[in-house]
Amino acid sequence: MSAAEPRLLRFTRAQRWVHWSTALLLGVCLVTAACLYVGPLAVLVGRRALVKDVHVYAGLLLPAPLLLGWLSAAMRADLRTLNRFSPADWDWLRSSDRRSGRVPVGKFNAGQKLNAAFTAGSILVMLGTGLIMRFPSPWPLPWRTGATFVHDWLALAVLVVTLGHLTKAGKDPIARAGMRTGVVPLDWARREHGTWADERSRPPAQPPRS
Amino acid sequence: MLGLGALGVVAGARAQQAIDSLLGPLGNSDPTGLTGLLPAAGGFRYYSVTGTTPARADADYRLAVTGLVARPAVLTLAALRAMPQTTLVRDFQCVTGWRVRRVPWSGVMLSQLIESVGPRPQARAVAFRSFDGTYAESLTLEQARRDDVLVALTMYGEPVTRPHGGPVRLYVAPMYGYKSCKWLGEISLTDRVAPGYWERRGYDVDAWIGASNGRDDEPA
Repeated sequence: MSAAEPRLLRFTRAQRWVHWSTALLLGVCLVTAACLYVGPLAVLVGRRALVKDVHVYAGLLLPAPLLLGWLSAAMRADLRTLNRFSPADWDWLRSSDRRSGRVPVGKFNAGQKLNAAFTAGSILVMLGTGLIMRFPSPWPLPWRTGATFVHDWLALAVLVVTLGHLTKAGKDPIARAGMRTGVVPLDWARREHGTWADERSRPPAQPPRS
Repeated sequence: MLGLGALGVVAGARAQQAIDSLLGPLGNSDPTGLTGLLPAAGGFRYYSVTGTTPARADADYRLAVTGLVARPAVLTLAALRAMPQTTLVRDFQCVTGWRVRRVPWSGVMLSQLIESVGPRPQARAVAFRSFDGTYAESLTLEQARRDDVLVALTMYGEPVTRPHGGPVRLYVAPMYGYKSCKWLGEISLTDRVAPGYWERRGYDVDAWIGASNGRDDEPA
């Protein structure tokens, strides 16, 4: 981005920190999961006790960045926006011309909102089922088996969604810059998140003359 | 998602069983091996407590049979293969829940090996050690003399592969997989059972399938 281009602040340091910390922890979880699960990798790496411990600690820490991020007003505002689905969002999901500007898009498009919801939900379910697997004694055997079942299949889903997220990010260098530096060019914002760009670029209201 | 998660925890065991019976046979005839990526598609999982897979070339492999015996022996792979072979077709059940059905094993009956070295009267238990020294297990002498405990040389008609614990591993059919010591290096007759690797970490010493470790699996 050239210095002269008008820009918008999309993410403060808090939101970026939450994103990257969660990404790191999730990455560690996925890599260790692969080493525990995928035969050829398990044969190569072994060290099951160590890999399992790393996996468990990363998993326990997974909600921490989000919880700490709650202290930031900007983060709380984003979470509220992510959590709210409007009729326009459903329209956007159904439409075949999502990026034409026909359907109004706010700070986050409906796909991003779904991703956030899935991520938050998975973190909680993986944590719960993971705890049952890590501390099996109080739980009845069918529940332990059920927890393993959910943990295994959800892990696959998380992998697929994560790969999808990375693919999307891979295709949009400006979006990536937004999460890296916090700032995006105004015209990108107008194209991708029109309603949000309009709100943020409106000239400040004139103070009433007293 | 929380609701689905809770439902999955409560109903998952039955769902997993249904999936196992569906995917298991598929996994066995899948040439790509991709079904192995699906959770518990009826295949073996690899759990190792060491870093790298222990290696011993067939020609270098030796099984030491020692301890409270009259005639301690060191057996080569050829010597083991020359002894009368027994075949067992049994399920392999892991204590974490996965099971591989109807695995054909063949090798030398442990009871035969024990008889051939002449156990002394004080011998009450049998200790096993992997040849890299990491893993230890043991059985009572009575358990070791059962007709479903094998010093296994082949699985599925082929020599036991290295990831499966080859060239020689123990197979204790009526007990959970952790008793079946891989990369078997030494069999030693002792006067008492010593808790093995996983037993020191909380698992039952007498690991009968379906009657230990708080589990109710059907016996192999």
